Amino acid sequence: MTPGGKALAEFVAEATEILDALGRDLLALDEARDQEADPEHINGIFRAAHSLKGLSGLFGQERITQLAHAAEDLLDRLRLGRLTLDDQVLDALVDALDTFQSLLGETSRGEEGEDLTRRTRAMEDRLARMGSPPPVVEEDPLERLELDASVRAVFTEYEEHRLRENVRRGVALWRVRAAFDLSDFDKGLADLNARLKPLGEVISTLPSSRPGGATGIAFDLIFGAKVSAQELEAGLQGTPAELEPLAVRPPQDGEDGPAFDLPRSPDAAPPPSETPDTGPVTAPRAKRKKKGPRSQPLALEAGETRPLLPVDTATSGPGTALTGAPSSGVTALPLGSPPRMRAVESPSATTLGLQSAASAPVPAGRPRPEETSLRSLTQTVRVDIGRLDGLINMVGELLLIKANLQRLAETSRQDGTVALSKLFGQELSRETRQLERKLEALQEGLLEARMVPVGQVFDKLARLVRRIAREAGKEIDFVSTGGEVELDKLIVEELSDPLMHLIRNAIDHGAEGPEARLSVGKPRRALLRLRAEQKGNHVLISVSDDGSGIDESRVREVALSRGLVTASQISEMTRRELLNLIFLPGFSTRSSVSALSGRGVGLDVVKNNLGNLSGIIDVWSERGKGTAFHLTLPVTLAIVRALVVGVSGRTYAVPLNSVLEILSVQPQDIRTVERREVLDLRGQTLPFLRLGRLFLLPEREVNRHFVVVVGLAQQRLGIAVDELFGQQDIVTKPLGGRLSGVKGISGATDLGNRRTVLVLDVAELLEEGIAQERRRA
Amino acid sequence: MKFKVLIVEDSKVSREHIAAAVESVDGIEAVATASGFEALKLLPRQRFDLIITDINMPDINGLELINFVKKNPNYRDVPLIIITTEGREQDRTRGMALGAAGYLVKPFQPEDLEALLRRFLKPL
Repeated sequence: MTPGGKALAEFVAEATEILDALGRDLLALDEARDQEADPEHINGIFRAAHSLKGLSGLFGQERITQLAHAAEDLLDRLRLGRLTLDDQVLDALVDALDTFQSLLGETSRGEEGEDLTRRTRAMEDRLARMGSPPPVVEEDPLERLELDASVRAVFTEYEEHRLRENVRRGVALWRVRAAFDLSDFDKGLADLNARLKPLGEVISTLPSSRPGGATGIAFDLIFGAKVSAQELEAGLQGTPAELEPLAVRPPQDGEDGPAFDLPRSPDAAPPPSETPDTGPVTAPRAKRKKKGPRSQPLALEAGETRPLLPVDTATSGPGTALTGAPSSGVTALPLGSPPRMRAVESPSATTLGLQSAASAPVPAGRPRPEETSLRSLTQTVRVDIGRLDGLINMVGELLLIKANLQRLAETSRQDGTVALSKLFGQELSRETRQLERKLEALQEGLLEARMVPVGQVFDKLARLVRRIAREAGKEIDFVSTGGEVELDKLIVEELSDPLMHLIRNAIDHGAEGPEARLSVGKPRRALLRLRAEQKGNHVLISVSDDGSGIDESRVREVALSRGLVTASQISEMTRRELLNLIFLPGFSTRSSVSALSGRGVGLDVVKNNLGNLSGIIDVWSERGKGTAFHLTLPVTLAIVRALVVGVSGRTYAVPLNSVLEILSVQPQDIRTVERREVLDLRGQTLPFLRLGRLFLLPEREVNRHFVVVVGLAQQRLGIAVDELFGQQDIVTKPLGGRLSGVKGISGATDLGNRRTVLVLDVAELLEEGIAQERRRA
Repeated sequence: MKFKVLIVEDSKVSREHIAAAVESVDGIEAVATASGFEALKLLPRQRFDLIITDINMPDINGLELINFVKKNPNYRDVPLIIITTEGREQDRTRGMALGAAGYLVKPFQPEDLEALLRRFLKPL
């Protein structure tokens, strides 16, 4: 790789990460279109666009820089409330993300297409033209908030805007104060934030500027609560947080929204709706006071300082009673000595923010989607997959050396004529076993490093679903499960195109429009499901819809009219076989699309893509009820365990993950049904393939066959071989050049004793077995 | 002895860019962190001769960091330089009002940064 190429790869990798984060936040916004946008998400997208601009600027990626600049500009307006987030804006952002992805695609290939450049310019214009400013408010609501000017001075423009918004809406504002040990305050704060997030908005985090002891630090969090004081208090149980309400004067003239100032007279009627009668602050403070004496106050809070955010003591009689005078508020802070603090929060401080968020009470009726923070991205190390491949190949070769050592050890142990040599052999074989264990662990570790959750693709698809559905005028509920199932990175990458294809088909042609659905008694919204599930060495992924299903009779007609099958063949086919005809190349053309609910558009391509991943696809459909595609994929492609078999003096390797069982059969057990050779296996008819015949090898007379029963998904095939040699780990290397197209062979592998053998491609053999019978028929 | 400069910037690209510009000046060592939190942790442990900070960052923002440093007798004499994006006049003004010694607007030229460093780190 050239230096420039390496820099480019780095750029692409980093930009991809940024776009992923951007996409996640955008999806969260998109999913909540009808609700008020979460400022956190808008800010997240803004940050992403900002980072992308900086990154692409540094790498001289002019087109991406320009577009990122336009996007950042729009998002900044949104974030600061100068623009309202409506459908138009959201659509523009979703499309902008698409454009970014296309741009990145071209960049990674070293291209710069004029077409895309034009599209990018158009996108920039569209972003720049977006939106009208929201209605202007005359009075600055912030003026109503009793907040020390010195505190306001440290807010960024954005934070100030958020604070203003919260005041304007009449949200109850709190100062949440917490002190932590300096060594792990970020964990403590992360926990506190995770607890607070479901309860409202953390507007700003202010470190206390007071000189602290060597080991402690205090923070003031300015918090807009959307829950009652009681709920807030309950949510903060077990944290070192102390609450204090921030006073807000009521609006001058009848501005809407409830006022959340403190009651003005002792017998002031009902406290603000969000404030419980019991008095929000006294309760916890009294409780914490009890703890106070036991813990040693930290030097940093020694009373000489005034509180950062003084409460409105002048106007609020009971306010004083509620919150205490500023000075007493300070001394009552729950400042334990650091070790004690850790003890108090130990259950939560060690857990991740997300987990504690999940355990925090979430107010009913306001479910908050779990969010992954941008921070988690920094927990991972990106490694070029090529490097991992290199390491895995190396492990494969080490395994071969180990096998050789093992053989040597075995030979000297058995053939050792002198005692010394025998002992030496034993020693050697013991060491070899050690080596084997370590190598296996290393191999496992490396394979795990390649695994990524399939949810990475699911997230991208979810965005796509919403867009396609909107374009097609369909109403779709998209449900995806099993996103946590892990697959080899390579497989996950390659999977996105086939899945996209299937999903697009399902929406465009499978799902009926809302009216059509209502007229046949189905719910208005069509259901599209994407599901992943691990089954042993395989992962099953299904794409299913509850749409109109595939019309079998049309499949039959089309297959016949295109000469893909003969009438007699079709008459013998099971329903499943018939449906699977849609995967044949040449089956689908544009003209058959609508008549067949569109199934079949390029499905042969989908099937091929999956075949390249040693996966297979199967379809189920019921007229009027829906269609489901089932994909079966290996978990990894890198190292597989293989069964080594012999046919007519040649040796082959069969990947063990597709071997179901091995039978020994007499020649007379093989029957011929409809000119196909079959076996009876526990009452089921099993197609039978003589490997020797397939590869045109001279056939030997044998008095029994070993039959390796292989299967993927529901397909089964018995492969006849002459000998079984045992199992071994293999690293399959592709066959180059003209050999790469050989049917039934996926590559070659080295068995260690300097013998190179061919590896069978089970998915292709399953195909071949069936196709061959078809040809013969 | 080398001068030690603390860089606080959440964007990795920017951070590395700034660090490279700082370290290109002889006699300066750069310590780069990705967040205000990290900075708060580092301050009591190491002596810094200058701090360069971004303003818009997650956890605590740059203004809060400036305020923290300027209010703390242990650090208040450490000069601070703000690095912000264009169009953020309000943030920049606030930073200067809180006691920042200077500012740079992204994208900046390494020479501009060097000039600021030379102004505040003497004798360099």
